[in-house]
Amino acid sequence: MKFTEEHEWLRPEGDLVVVGITEHAAQQLGDVVFVELPELETQVAKGDEVSVIESVKAASDILAPCDGEIVAVNDALVDSPALVNEDPLGEAWFFKMRIDDMSVLDALMTEDEYKDFIA
Amino acid sequence: MADGRDDPSLKRTVLHALHTELGAKMVPFAGYEMPVQFPMGVLREHLHTRAAAGLFDVSHMGQLLLRGNGVAQALESLVPANLQGLAEGRQRYGFFTNDAGGILDDLMIANRGDALFLVVNAANASADLAHLRDGLPGVGIEPLDDRALLALQGPQAEAALAALIPAVADMRFMDARSLDWDGASLWISRSGYTGEDGFEISLPAARAEAFARALLDRPGVAPIGLGARDSLRLEAGLCLHGNDIDAGTTPVEAALTWAIPKSRRASGGFPGDAVILRQLADGPPRRRVGLAPEGRAPMRAGVALFDDAGTQVGHVTSGAFGPSAERPVAMGYVAAEHARPGTRLLGEVRGKRMPVTVSTLPHVPHRYRT
Repeated sequence: MKFTEEHEWLRPEGDLVVVGITEHAAQQLGDVVFVELPELETQVAKGDEVSVIESVKAASDILAPCDGEIVAVNDALVDSPALVNEDPLGEAWFFKMRIDDMSVLDALMTEDEYKDFIA
Repeated sequence: MADGRDDPSLKRTVLHALHTELGAKMVPFAGYEMPVQFPMGVLREHLHTRAAAGLFDVSHMGQLLLRGNGVAQALESLVPANLQGLAEGRQRYGFFTNDAGGILDDLMIANRGDALFLVVNAANASADLAHLRDGLPGVGIEPLDDRALLALQGPQAEAALAALIPAVADMRFMDARSLDWDGASLWISRSGYTGEDGFEISLPAARAEAFARALLDRPGVAPIGLGARDSLRLEAGLCLHGNDIDAGTTPVEAALTWAIPKSRRASGGFPGDAVILRQLADGPPRRRVGLAPEGRAPMRAGVALFDDAGTQVGHVTSGAFGPSAERPVAMGYVAAEHARPGTRLLGEVRGKRMPVTVSTLPHVPHRYRT
């Protein structure tokens, strides 16, 4: 699993990448009450605002971590936004992407590097 | 993430050490370092208050006493409420108006017999004090900097407080009494800012921590931060000065005319009376209304509201997810012709216009002990 400075995690799954937010991000947001997912089969560029999380405190954007196509979204989050607080690294994945160049993952942080980043 | 810890320009309430001990996340608010949430988190703190009892530190709010002959009549020149008719041991909601009919601040006024006891918003406290000194020559005005203020709210508030002070069980909504606890004089009113039954308790700062600990030891009582205070008051349809009412909104526009009694409508005699009495007769150009967004996305302060034709007709002044309502809740101002409950409008969230229905307030029924 790799991590971004925007507090997202990326997990390779075959030729796809699963994307979610980190436990640290979920804690900072507080109780999540609304999730808006990206549209399926859209091409996105790194840094695009593709998804929105609303917590009891505020709205936050989720950015596309790299260039690629959204090929799956986790509809369970729409009905149960609290999953983001309960299991951010597992059940509360946001979307899956087919990315143009898997080697971009190499440049992202490892778990240890991310822990140092948020320390 | 920015927080207010260790910022020397911020004031602290006398309960600061207790908040820290309880694991509060502190943030700057109205010049104070205040607990926005405790480890329970905003959502559960909100639900806990409606299910059991929540203890709030609101010591940042301004407390003051007004004394002197004819003080109630004098204060009526700044506040369009019936204060001469306010019985000893009773409290009333009111507001300071300006010459344009706008609301400078809203406040609670209690008749203590020998004095009127005022509680004003923290952010406006120094302006209110200047306004009172300016407007009420000859009245003794005493800011109370040595008193803390706590609120205990929720269906188990009475049991928790009565365990320490049995006489509170006899109080009803908006009663205000002085009662002793362990040698300290507590000024207690049966009121609050959550829509629940509960109490607001002014007490000597030196005794506040011991009293707060005694309450927290009672079954059902948990510490609650400003985050849940805001979602609770929003569900209850109560205004936050600076968001939902301000110097540019009149009490008529703000749907607060219930606080202006007939006796004050007949003759005026308060700042902005011409504007306010004319709006009472002819209707205001816009009204504060409840708003129920139809989807799951909260519509927060600043969201623009449009009619079917795409004309902007208002905006949201407070909005969030309502934990008890289990849906987004909001309030805001809309042009008078769109203010009827049931009217469908569109609110623009992140560039998308989403349906929202004008509703009555409160979003969650009040449960006062009337």
